[in-house]
Amino acid sequence: MIETTCREAIRQALVDAMTADPSVILIGEEVGIYGGAYGVTKGLIDLFGADRVIDAPISESAIVGAAVGAAMTGLRPVAELMYVDFIGMTMDQLANQAAKSRYMFGGQIGVPMVLRTQGGTGRSAAAQHSQSLEAWVFHTPGLRLVMPATVNDAYHLLRQSLTQPDPVVFIEHKGLYTMKGALDVATPDGAWGQPVVRRQGGDLVILTYSRMLHEALAAAGQLAAQGVEACVIDLRCLNPLDEAPLIEAVKRTGRAMVVTEAAVTGSVASDIAARLSEVCFDWLEEPILRLGGEDIPIPVSPALEKGSIPSADLIRDAALWLVLRKAPPWAA
Amino acid sequence: MTNTAALQRYRTMRRIRSFEERVGELFLKGQSAGSMLHLSIGEEAVVGMTDAMRPGDTFTTHHRGHGVFLGRGADPARMMAEIAGKEDGYCRGKGGSMHIADRALGHLGANAIVGGGIPHVVGAGISCRNAGSGQISVAFFGDGAMSQGILYESMNMAALWRLPVIFCCINNQYGMGTRVDRSAGHCDFPARAEAFGLNAARADGADVEAVHDAAGALTKAARQGRPGYLEIDAYRFFGHARMDKSPYRTPEEEAGGRARDPLGTARARLAAEGIASEADLGGIDGDAAAEMDLALAHAIAATPPALSSMFEDVYAPGTPFPRPQADRLRAILSEGARA
Ligand SMILES: Cc1ncc(C[n+]2csc(CCOP(=O)(O)OP(=O)(O)O)c2C)c(N)n1
Ligand SMILES: [Mg+2]
Repeated sequence: MIETTCREAIRQALVDAMTADPSVILIGEEVGIYGGAYGVTKGLIDLFGADRVIDAPISESAIVGAAVGAAMTGLRPVAELMYVDFIGMTMDQLANQAAKSRYMFGGQIGVPMVLRTQGGTGRSAAAQHSQSLEAWVFHTPGLRLVMPATVNDAYHLLRQSLTQPDPVVFIEHKGLYTMKGALDVATPDGAWGQPVVRRQGGDLVILTYSRMLHEALAAAGQLAAQGVEACVIDLRCLNPLDEAPLIEAVKRTGRAMVVTEAAVTGSVASDIAARLSEVCFDWLEEPILRLGGEDIPIPVSPALEKGSIPSADLIRDAALWLVLRKAPPWAA
Repeated sequence: MTNTAALQRYRTMRRIRSFEERVGELFLKGQSAGSMLHLSIGEEAVVGMTDAMRPGDTFTTHHRGHGVFLGRGADPARMMAEIAGKEDGYCRGKGGSMHIADRALGHLGANAIVGGGIPHVVGAGISCRNAGSGQISVAFFGDGAMSQGILYESMNMAALWRLPVIFCCINNQYGMGTRVDRSAGHCDFPARAEAFGLNAARADGADVEAVHDAAGALTKAARQGRPGYLEIDAYRFFGHARMDKSPYRTPEEEAGGRARDPLGTARARLAAEGIASEADLGGIDGDAAAEMDLALAHAIAATPPALSSMFEDVYAPGTPFPRPQADRLRAILSEGARA
């Protein structure tokens, strides 16, 4: 067990995977000599050489397409998209090629690749460098989707992604790279596809993932001070996702909210709230709430950017309303 | 070249340099909206191109577009305010450095997607052609965009439809940490443009007059339906963005690149040819510094946008705003909603 950052944990996962499996290659912009726009791949080109750590031109569509071809022919590529915002440029290769090859070709040709990327707000990077676009991936059958929130998950979910037979989109959060936490390379927080309970509580369930986990945990701390115990569940793997533990928790408490940083309309949170509402209807004391980003592009102005996504305070207020029927001041 | 025009181009280049230096200060004072600030220092000879454009011509830029916009007449105070994320910035503090636009000056938008703004000039070129206005549309982008497929789709359309369009590549030799010879198997970019049927030229980015001569010929042809490609051969004097210290290149290379300074070249020529005295040039430099100090002070003092403005401009005025989350929660949870 060591104390490290998310950035280092992801880097370590790549080093360990590349050491264990010579078919793992990296391909992306600035992944080699520069060491990654956020420093995740620093030094890997020295360890593994330019044939395995491939600096690509600014050609996202062909980077992902090349990864598809490499995966079809026996390599296990990790394609890097510097920002998830650029996923639009790769969408044909991702959604029509990577996602559908196994199915269209009757199961003959799998595409075991990982697309690593990062998203989210927090750097005033404006509308084209701050988005949370996981729903675009989530909506596409054939793609797996993983979003780590902790240092240990950053390592293990990436290692697990690199054992999957199908394409995995692995979305990091730019605001978590420098976050510190415990890494135990021998022990994952949970199995592939399993949500993890990060905090126990019997009054309501907060379901979330990626950076919002930390807002939810902060809110849960504030709630405890007011006598409300929130169970906080980290979804981690959005596809595949074992719903059984979620259903169990929602039935037990009768109150739940799903929190995401993404624009809430059409979000992963919307879908999960809908699924749980269908199954848990008779157990619910209150409607399952969705808390998400406002339905707007991300503004550059720091105050506007911050104000457009959920905060610990908002989660706390909504939880108190849900559990104690105590309306927050802004409800007036 | 007329003497006054050359002097004016020097003035514009100096204003760009001074502006970019103040953008750096804005960041150091913690007053910029974020750190994604891409300075165009070393690329000021783009003024040779912007000066060949006319009022009413339209253009798009990449993320390193401050210089281009100043070359087209931008108000530095409103630009700086936008970079600081303030309400009276060009885009009301919504866009910032990478997304400045001003319809009135023909700026259809700076773009943070490499290559994102390039095809817009194809459509804008159709507008010019169909209106018979004699106007052109110019895409400004970096060498990095030479790797994006959309550039070639756009070049082909421009040539096929004989559009009044110029593709202007500001080749500063780097896309982030990648030197051009590490991103292209064959670096003769004008040859690529020629292969699509465009008029193509490369000009010395240390010499604004050379850029202007090339731009003059290309824009003249473009106005008659012969699209062109201009490459400005420059050097990115500093890091990619504010945080980048360029560890991937040598100090010797940087010194060589910075020696190709378009301001130095222009200054020396203006003095040598007797167009301007040292005192005249010093006066221009001082005026630029004073102007940009004011722009900086303005941006720092300006008001941030009201929180509620985040919902404005997602859709057109007169249409409903996206529903704020607080309203939605109120509709679900308030006592009134239960009654
Ligand atoms: C589609 C896309 N890919 C990658 C990036 C990340 N990125 C931003 S600027 C840049 C380098 C661009 O180089 P160039 O086009 O030469 O412009 P310069 O920065 O040199 O002015 C990269 C890779 C991006 N913004 N958009
Ligand atoms: Mg460049």
